[in-house]
Amino acid sequence: MSAKPKLYYFAGRGKMESIRWLLAAAGVEFEEEFLETRDQYEKLLQGGCLLFQQVPMVEIDGMKMVQTRAILSYIAAKYNLYGKDLKERALIDMYVGGTDDLMGFILMFPFLSAEDKEKQRAIIIQKATSRYFPVYEKVLKDHGQDFLVGNNFSWADVHLLEAILMVEEKKSDVLSGFPQLQAFKARISSIPTIKKFLEPGSQRKPVPDDKYVETVRRVLRMYYDVKAN
Amino acid sequence: MSGKPRLTYLNGRGRMESIRWLLAAAGVEFEEVYLETKEQYDKLIKDGFLLFQQVPLVEIDGMKMVQTRAIMSYIAGKYNLHGKDLKERALIDMYVEGISDLMQMILMFPFSPPDAKEKNLESIKERATNRYFPVFEKVLKQHGQDFLVGNKFSWADVQLMEAILAVEEKVPAVLSGFPQLQVFKTKMSNMPTIKKFLQPGSPRKPPPDAHYVETVLKVFKK
Repeated sequence: MSAKPKLYYFAGRGKMESIRWLLAAAGVEFEEEFLETRDQYEKLLQGGCLLFQQVPMVEIDGMKMVQTRAILSYIAAKYNLYGKDLKERALIDMYVGGTDDLMGFILMFPFLSAEDKEKQRAIIIQKATSRYFPVYEKVLKDHGQDFLVGNNFSWADVHLLEAILMVEEKKSDVLSGFPQLQAFKARISSIPTIKKFLEPGSQRKPVPDDKYVETVRRVLRMYYDVKAN
Repeated sequence: MSGKPRLTYLNGRGRMESIRWLLAAAGVEFEEVYLETKEQYDKLIKDGFLLFQQVPLVEIDGMKMVQTRAIMSYIAGKYNLHGKDLKERALIDMYVEGISDLMQMILMFPFSPPDAKEKNLESIKERATNRYFPVFEKVLKQHGQDFLVGNKFSWADVQLMEAILAVEEKVPAVLSGFPQLQVFKTKMSNMPTIKKFLQPGSPRKPPPDAHYVETVLKVFKK
């Protein structure tokens, strides 16, 4: 039995992508089992592997963990990416909550109708530039340090980089009003573990396409009629 | 200046109710500021109180905390309701997140259009009885202990208790197939801090009504 964490999800980003990012940033190798058929999913259900009948599921340290936030918190704490005390953890949790909300707008994007996609793209850009990015821009400007919290690399930095890159995929010059975030992006991207994850051939998944949407719908028999926020 | 945490939200349950439950369960007294007008909300934003322009806001230990989960994690950590080690914390987090998904359905319910209410109510009942309650029934049955995790009162117990009562308000006989949860509910109700919170006059808020919905729409109108 391998000691590596094993991830159960579709061969695509979805809710698992933040987990891939965090494991990769922590330098942790992991295995993946990709759900392609309804049968695979039902087998997991029947085997009692999915506590609330849902994926993501990550086998790690003898546990079958579900619930993205629980999994991320565990990984962050285990690999010392969660601050040095309760107050730093609180800051990290707040920042991650924000980037999570922002990425939530992007998560459902591939499932929307073409018309709703246009509206949603505008919403994503608007939220990013008026609600979320200014917060992190100010945090970095105010303390002048390389990392968001406690002058130490943490989950918050990984999550913010992931969010920045995802929004840039929707509007490539979205960071133009945010010089601190531009510098942040360059800095964090050059951290060796992250640099490796950003290279072709890593376990990072591509932008979700129609095939991904079709697989999710087929396996879960859900998300046929998703409306924008 | 009081040392008590100060909660800023509407005068109703919403996303703040779980925080009220947790503070109360931990025996922590708190103050509340109620948002009644858009002007109050706009002023909070203008004065830089709301990191992401949203409530809940909890002023605690010199921090202006936002993001419900972050706030509850901090409270749970501070008052020893988050397990004794990383693995117990992981279990508590899994349970709390699952329950939170169920509570989300209840949270959104008052805002669903009239023609969707019956369907949504059915969904809440279905999820509670087929997805969430069976999990906790099994957990309690398997270890035979009073509390969900580590034989000790934790955030997970508080969250489950809140969810049971919230679902019962919508589906009164929902616990009929869950003997362990019935016992759990009774035990939790008798814990002194929770018993106090369940009494009239406590900071616990009533089920959302039309006035609450109206206030939400008014305060957060774009």
